[in-house]
Amino acid sequence: MSTQQEMTDEENGEVWELRLYVAGQTPKSLAAFANLKKFCEEHLCGRYRIEVIDLIEHPQLARGDQIVAVPTLVRKLPPPLRKIIGDLSNTEKVLVGLDIRPGNKT
Amino acid sequence: MDQVGGAPAPSGDSALALAKVPSGIQGLDEITAGGLPKGRPTLVVGKAGSGKTLFAMQFLVNGAVHYDEPGVFVSFEETAEDLVKNVRSLGFDLPGLIEEEKLSIDYVRIEKSEIEETGEYDLDGLFIRLGYAIDSIGAKRVALDTIEVLFSGLSNEGIIRAELRRLLSWLKEKGVTAVVTGESGQGECLTRHGLEEYVSDAVILLDHRVTNQISTRRLRIVKYRGSTHGTNEYPFLITAREGIVIMPVTTLGLEHEALEDRVSTGIERLDAMLGGRGYYRGSSVLISGAPGSGKTSFAAAFADAACRRGERCLYFAFEESPSQIVRNMRSIGIDLQAWIDAGNLEIRSSRPTAYGLETHLATMLRDVQIFRPDAVVVDPISSLITVGSEADTKAMLIRFVDYLKVNQITGLFTDLTRADGSPEQARIEMSSLMDVWILLKFIESGSERDRGLYILKSRGMAHSNQVREVIITDEGIDLADVYLGPGGVLTGSARYISEMEEGEEVRNREDELRARRIEADRKRKVLEARIAALQAECQGVQTEFDRFSRELDRKKRAQSEERGHLARMRQADRAAREHDREQ
Repeated sequence: MSTQQEMTDEENGEVWELRLYVAGQTPKSLAAFANLKKFCEEHLCGRYRIEVIDLIEHPQLARGDQIVAVPTLVRKLPPPLRKIIGDLSNTEKVLVGLDIRPGNKT
Repeated sequence: MDQVGGAPAPSGDSALALAKVPSGIQGLDEITAGGLPKGRPTLVVGKAGSGKTLFAMQFLVNGAVHYDEPGVFVSFEETAEDLVKNVRSLGFDLPGLIEEEKLSIDYVRIEKSEIEETGEYDLDGLFIRLGYAIDSIGAKRVALDTIEVLFSGLSNEGIIRAELRRLLSWLKEKGVTAVVTGESGQGECLTRHGLEEYVSDAVILLDHRVTNQISTRRLRIVKYRGSTHGTNEYPFLITAREGIVIMPVTTLGLEHEALEDRVSTGIERLDAMLGGRGYYRGSSVLISGAPGSGKTSFAAAFADAACRRGERCLYFAFEESPSQIVRNMRSIGIDLQAWIDAGNLEIRSSRPTAYGLETHLATMLRDVQIFRPDAVVVDPISSLITVGSEADTKAMLIRFVDYLKVNQITGLFTDLTRADGSPEQARIEMSSLMDVWILLKFIESGSERDRGLYILKSRGMAHSNQVREVIITDEGIDLADVYLGPGGVLTGSARYISEMEEGEEVRNREDELRARRIEADRKRKVLEARIAALQAECQGVQTEFDRFSRELDRKKRAQSEERGHLARMRQADRAAREHDREQ
């Protein structure tokens, strides 16, 4: 389920590069993906890119981003690197984790 | 190891016995009767700096190098670069092993400040990483060092505990032998986060105790399910070359073989006192004495004699450096440097306070194992008391003496007696352990102190019970008979003077004898002369007499002839002629 979603924002130029690590299509990973999608649409409309990596298919990729828990969301850009683990069910924590001010809403 | 104390003999029914994999850690496989449980996790517990990481790394490297079992090291604390650097001094070539796919290091970094937790998760990421590493090199061994970092990196303890349980049973399913390290806990808990709950097959405790500012490392098998094991605390060393080395030595039995072979003491007269041939090989000798009484000199003479026989001698010095001993002994004509250069002698100097007793014992035994000497000198054992209590020191020395005896190494121990105390009161009650006990004691007389030597005991041989005076000169040690005069035992210059006086008397008597002999000769000569004169005189008398007698005869003959002539002239009768003839 390596899905690529690309939306670019012409005004800002700042693209959020997010990578979601999962291990198979478990309820947790599906929930995490759904929550992430919803959240990005809400807060980062058009300014994000999501890459989903299934570690069962690509186990060698776990080392690079220091993945221990799944699901893990990694904010590659903008720096600094941030990680959020879990199914992203708590929107407030995701906001803190990704360092997005609620006022950032477009 | 030649002997293992407290460790069980390998059981006969090997079919039922638990399968084990050798750790390759010196001494551990003896204590555990084969190694760690195969295909199961072993928990290694210890405080910070107790050697947990090294233990885990040695287990993997030994597996990769010696037992053809590749390993995966999952480090939660140190980066792969740091690990490589830290063990390079031990001769572990981790990059080489990684290159050969015999080892894989995975550094798992969990930085709490970077991580936000929201909702449900599991540790499948770790499982996948580990599984991938295991499968890619066909690993048989795994080390997790230390998995407790998960508890500080992640906040949901419920998830961590459930995942740990799953991880360890998953490792068992994979059939890998794992070493899981854990930080020591407080109170009842063995580990800080209760890891023993998940790893219950074998638990090894590494202890690093500091008593009186002196540290001692100890290892204990707390638990080993399905196997007998040594239950003692075993001292261990972290050496520069071999890493962890465990010395499983406890009090050994009194089963050593007694040898008939004798070795020289290095001092001819002392050999003579000990039945003419010195110490028994493999015996232990105690030389006690006051400060400056010559203990080290005796020890050096013994070492020198051993090297002279072509044997190897290991000299443990606790008070002097090797060069100091060499210099000092050169002054009494013993050249130890030559033996050091020839490789027959090795002097190991260390301050007693450098380590704890157990570490001293372990180090000394290790040195003995490596050097394989025929003779060992410990100079002095009394210094070790500064490190531990008397009882501890004695216990340690018993183990050392036993080890030497079992290996038929002659041991010479010096012991400093208190200047004020009774000389027979050895600092450490060691005498019962020793086969030969020589006491060097100062004998004070005539405002000087002379060294007296007593053999207090010598098991199994006739020995002199006389006191000897020790004379240390440029040429070495000599023993002199003490002077037994009317005034008692004399030593030193008093002995010398007495000997001088006695010599004078003897000389005087000799002079007189000579004079008398001359006088007697003279008298004899005079008498002989007189005898000769008298004999001459006697001769003269005889000669005179003979001459007179002959004269008389001649005269008689002449007379009778004359008478005959007259008779013929007078026609004398026959009777008258007869009568004349008769005359």
